[in-house]
Amino acid sequence: MLPVLHAIQDTCGYVPKTAIGVIAKRLQVTKAEVHGVISFYHHFRTQPPGQQVIQVCRAEACQAVGGRALEDHAQQALNLGYHQTSLTGEFTLEPVYCLGNCACGPSIRIGGRIHGRVTPERFNALIDALQTRPVEVQ
Amino acid sequence: MIKVYVPCDTTALSLGADEVAQLLMAEAERLGKTIELIRNGSRGLFWLEPLVEVDAGTGRFAYGPVTPEAVPELVEAGLFDARQTHDLALGDIEQHPYLKQQQRLTFSRIGLTNPLSIEDYRQHGGWQGLEKALQLEAQGIVDEVKNSGLRGRGGAAFPTGIKWQTVLDAPADQKYIVCNADEGDSGTFADRLVMECDPYLLIEGMIIAGLAVGATQGYVYLRSEYPVAHRIFQQALAHAYSTGYLGDNLRGSGRSFDLEVRLGAGAYICGEETSLLESLEGKRGQVRPKPPLPAIEGLFGKPTVVNNVLSLAAVPFILQHGAKAYADCGMGRSRGTLALQLAGNVKQGGLVERAFGLTLRELIEDFGGGTVSGRPLKAVQAGGPLGTYLPASQWETPIDYEAFAELGAVVGHGGVVLFDDSVDLGEQARFAMEFCTIESCGKCTPCRIGSVRGVEVIDRIRAGTQPEQNLELLAELCDTMVDGSLCAMGGMTPFPVQSVMKHFPEDLQPRTSEKSGETTHA
Repeated sequence: MLPVLHAIQDTCGYVPKTAIGVIAKRLQVTKAEVHGVISFYHHFRTQPPGQQVIQVCRAEACQAVGGRALEDHAQQALNLGYHQTSLTGEFTLEPVYCLGNCACGPSIRIGGRIHGRVTPERFNALIDALQTRPVEVQ
Repeated sequence: MIKVYVPCDTTALSLGADEVAQLLMAEAERLGKTIELIRNGSRGLFWLEPLVEVDAGTGRFAYGPVTPEAVPELVEAGLFDARQTHDLALGDIEQHPYLKQQQRLTFSRIGLTNPLSIEDYRQHGGWQGLEKALQLEAQGIVDEVKNSGLRGRGGAAFPTGIKWQTVLDAPADQKYIVCNADEGDSGTFADRLVMECDPYLLIEGMIIAGLAVGATQGYVYLRSEYPVAHRIFQQALAHAYSTGYLGDNLRGSGRSFDLEVRLGAGAYICGEETSLLESLEGKRGQVRPKPPLPAIEGLFGKPTVVNNVLSLAAVPFILQHGAKAYADCGMGRSRGTLALQLAGNVKQGGLVERAFGLTLRELIEDFGGGTVSGRPLKAVQAGGPLGTYLPASQWETPIDYEAFAELGAVVGHGGVVLFDDSVDLGEQARFAMEFCTIESCGKCTPCRIGSVRGVEVIDRIRAGTQPEQNLELLAELCDTMVDGSLCAMGGMTPFPVQSVMKHFPEDLQPRTSEKSGETTHA
């Protein structure tokens, strides 16, 4: 089932509710089982994400080099809590537990790209580069 | 022709390696120089990434760390002629003490080769283990692995040869090789380095495992947080198929082995082998009770070898050079080499492959060079988020499964995370419990509920609410979780907490406000 869910999310950005019945029918399992799998894994979303998904590493190796401060900064700069999407639909902020870049943290992932040694200033620069219009940074 | 090497692994890319590569191409064009740009793997000296190497006909010379901003002046200073006058010039990187003092048996090729070139792999000793295995009976291969003393590198340290023997002896119409590449421990990246920098090594190891136990199908369960590893490994698989190393009648041997990558979906627990098997079967990744062992009833109920990337990646060397060459390294019952990963607040972070027996202090001081912040080192967390925080008094311990077990610590997957004196270990203990609330699969009550209570109890202690009674309660809660959980998630989450209680009790005191001297409420 995971390859199916990945394919749907890679195409749609999330797994729509309407997909559950189809998956259940084709894989000959119950809708409850499909829902159970989707809800078990952090990776799968049931709501459409923002245009850019920003993941901030919360794990220990990043914490040792200022990861906690970067988490706070990211939440403030984007004015978002974890698992929230901005009203403009521009960004979704997510926590992630290790990107495997542990000798050069703190690390974040934007889409398919991982960035290392992300200071608050570098975070702002990365976000600025993504934005099509200026947004107030608190 | 001038050869220019720019690494393509996650760390190098995260620090701008693609931009560096583009700038170097543009500079070469501007100067009318013909260069061959090779995207090699990383050497694992991460503080020097992006580490650019240039071979102008007289051997490889390195520069690092090369940021995109540094490219113009490096080119000005004669980079394309491999001139070594610039401050970032490092000379022959293989003479660097960090590399010279290592024993790279498994990671002998990383950084040297283009990870996707099968020709590079062959020229640097690749596929020789497989050639040897094809000449042996299944039992002969298993005996080599047994005699090498290799123990599971995922963390549990179970003898790999014995696991293989169990699967070989289990009669079945179908058996499987499953590679656990769900490298979720913070502070670890060695599996990723294998898959990004030497992917054919893992493929070769898995084929050999298949030949050894009579399995014709393999799966690599890779975490979704590793997009670069996924891309590179998929390409390597396609090349291996097109050149006849995978599929039916591999290399004309009459044997077959098929291999697929399956992506995880952000669940730490799926690094636990039974949970991983559930996930591969398309279910929620909840742990299964053992027995039955996966070696008897594993994937889809069939006998299955579940090995970590590093265990499988050690196998080609063992077959190529013989069990003795591997077993000659190490100490006590820990044979061979271990891929140690220096991470966190470390000056010289990266991969250190050494025989067991190196002390923790040698690792963090001689290799790591202390903290990157320059502040004194306070604690070292070894073995991932379920490993203990070790105080300075324990840093003389040799890195060896048994020596660590005596301390109640774990070597785990070899991750070593450094923390300077600004760390609040009470907060780290709380995080250990919080992480378990997020990642518990929910099967066992001590893990599912205990971790939530753990966060609450630590919060009460830190808020100054009956701290002594709550510390006692925390100790009991930890014991319950250790004794009452099915797997290592619930069973080991208390390890970092207990180590903070024992070695850093001052960090688990009520937090007092500096001005008033009163306790504050979080």
